[in-house]
Amino acid sequence: MSDSDSNTVNKGRRRMLIAATSVVGAVGTAAFATPLLISWMPSERAKAAGAPVEVNVSKVEPGQLLRVIWRGKPIWVVKRTDQMIADLPKNSALLVDPESAVATQQPDYAQNEGRARKPDMLVLIGICTHLGCSPTYRPELAPADLGANWKGGWYCPCHGSRFDLAGRVFKNVPAPTNLVVPPHFYKSDDVILIGEDGGAA
Amino acid sequence: MAAYPRTTEATGVLGWIDERFPLLETWKAHMSEYYAPKNFNVWYYFGVLAMLVLVIQIVSGIFLTMHYKPDAELAFASVEYIMRDVPGGWFIRYMHSTGASAFFIVVYFHMFRGIMYGSYKGKRELVWLIGMALYLALMAEAFMGYMLPWGQMSFWGAQVIINLFQTIPVVGDGLSIWIRGDFVISDPTLNRLFAFHVAAVPLILVALVFVHIVALHTVGSNNPDGVEIKAIKDDKGIPLDGIPFHPYYTVHDIPAIVVFLMAFFAIIFFAPEMGGYFLEHANFEPANPLKTPKHIAPVWYFTPFYTVLRAVTLSPFMGTLAMFGAIIMLFLLPWLDRNPIKSWRYRNTAHMLNLAIFAAVFMILGYLGVKAVTPEYKELGVRMTEIYFLFFAVIFAHSKSENPGRYLIWFLVLAAAIIGIDFWRYNPDDAVSAGQIMWQWVWPIGYLALTLLLPLFLRGCNAEKTVPERVTS
Ligand code: HEM
Ligand code: FES
Repeated sequence: MSDSDSNTVNKGRRRMLIAATSVVGAVGTAAFATPLLISWMPSERAKAAGAPVEVNVSKVEPGQLLRVIWRGKPIWVVKRTDQMIADLPKNSALLVDPESAVATQQPDYAQNEGRARKPDMLVLIGICTHLGCSPTYRPELAPADLGANWKGGWYCPCHGSRFDLAGRVFKNVPAPTNLVVPPHFYKSDDVILIGEDGGAA
Repeated sequence: MAAYPRTTEATGVLGWIDERFPLLETWKAHMSEYYAPKNFNVWYYFGVLAMLVLVIQIVSGIFLTMHYKPDAELAFASVEYIMRDVPGGWFIRYMHSTGASAFFIVVYFHMFRGIMYGSYKGKRELVWLIGMALYLALMAEAFMGYMLPWGQMSFWGAQVIINLFQTIPVVGDGLSIWIRGDFVISDPTLNRLFAFHVAAVPLILVALVFVHIVALHTVGSNNPDGVEIKAIKDDKGIPLDGIPFHPYYTVHDIPAIVVFLMAFFAIIFFAPEMGGYFLEHANFEPANPLKTPKHIAPVWYFTPFYTVLRAVTLSPFMGTLAMFGAIIMLFLLPWLDRNPIKSWRYRNTAHMLNLAIFAAVFMILGYLGVKAVTPEYKELGVRMTEIYFLFFAVIFAHSKSENPGRYLIWFLVLAAAIIGIDFWRYNPDDAVSAGQIMWQWVWPIGYLALTLLLPLFLRGCNAEKTVPERVTS
């Protein structure tokens, strides 16, 4: 540490060099990370899946639930009995959104009492609006585990959310909103096309 | 660090190495001249056992990877193949699946030991924080491993956990699609979680274990008395209450390892599924995106947090926050418990009660997590969640035992918060839940009474004992 002159540190210059090196290093890191991070986005192959599907409902019995798959998700088609339709209004006081006011949860043509194009035929995406499990169909009246007020609907086994037979969510459960009604229309009396609104909604 | 060229007392091969690498120095610092308190009890076995399980997981995992196929079409069948056709495959897989549960059993004991003896105090905060990071990494590792067999529980478990990210406002949707690599859980999701499970997270775990030990050996181990043994040393600078880790504790640990392995292999041979708790029945069915199993519950070690998630129904995001919050709170423990006395042996009765109740509540939360949600259980879950979070306020309130009048203020504030939440939750239209709210309030209020009013009115329950200078026994 003796030859002082040549060893005096130019602090300003040193700071400038450290800053410049850090900036270049940060840019380099970002440039390196970008391809890694975007590699996680859905690939073109994943994006391509998603054509509409056709369901023939002529053989669905009253009270029966039919499952089909659309865009990797379960779709339910339920033929409601007259009793089921008559019971729907009785749940209203216990529901979060009895009027289906949240517009994102159904197309305009399903924003009605039964959330359906035809009152007896309900079409839903069978994915819980909480964290995405597929709720269990429980059409029976007042089973022991669901309580005396149960008028039929769905129970989500994951965290206990409950929905009525129009896919409307009950209060005080984890799911915040009603089940989603997918875009669909009747190609003929017996055939529903899921995935398209069919022009005039 | 010694100067170079290094001089060494060792000769021969050892001497040759030691001139080039600090071998003896490291051995001494961490083994033969690391002075550990002489009063360790059974609770001090679990750290070593956790390292043993890590080794078991890595070795069995590497061999599973030789037969497993990370592909949504092939994964389930490849695990069946391991079980039926690969010679000894069932044994390797059961070692790995039992090892996962054993890991958590051991780690939960290890953590509770730290809480009982205040082992996060006295410059040991970093040891605790690194430990919590290990716990988080372990949970991530176990979750991703559980996904690999691509059974029904793998699929729906991944669905729920990844959707937790979707509940984050604004960025949630994009974030969850990015994590999945698809709009639904599918092959790309399985593939990337496999990469994390077999490479990224194990590397992180090993690195964290290393720094956990280095940080601990820098400060020195705590002990059941919470006495700092380095405070009293002999004339050679060796703590009077310390004994060299090697050979004393290395030998001392062997019986514990033997007992552990006996239990471990008994489970592998006689109850590898542990009645559906270590390997869940629904996971013996291949993943079916159309149908969630009727009874779904995470593996037992996640169930306490799962109950917290189910209890908070305000909004999905709040549920997610509560669940992660329950883990975050544990990180903060060194800064919440400010009482200078480390071990609960010398703290007041109220503090002992607080810890015992916390452990019980954690187990009740875990029990509720494997049960379906009935109105009683739902409300009990809410109440246990309340106590879980109250614990952290109470442990803060217990930081100073002088002036117990402060306990009354704490009691009033916390009880008011609980009752306020009840008012807000109360809905007379929903008679069943309302009825449950009306009697289950006794749990949190009773808890607060035991931990805050008891030491206020019964002075004996507030008395702290003097910490001895030297460790006992
Ligand atoms: C460090 C702690 C670890 C934990 C807690 C853990 C946990 C798990 C769990 C819970 C499973 C699912 C069990 C089953 O259903 O069979 C699993 C599977 C698997 N793990 Fe690990 N693991 C760990 C480390 C590792 C390591 C280090 C590797 C490889 C280098 C590995 C490779 C695998 C493979 C290939 C599978 C799939 C095979 C199967 O499901 O049977 N694991 N792991
Ligand atoms: S996913 Fe249905 S209640 Fe959570």
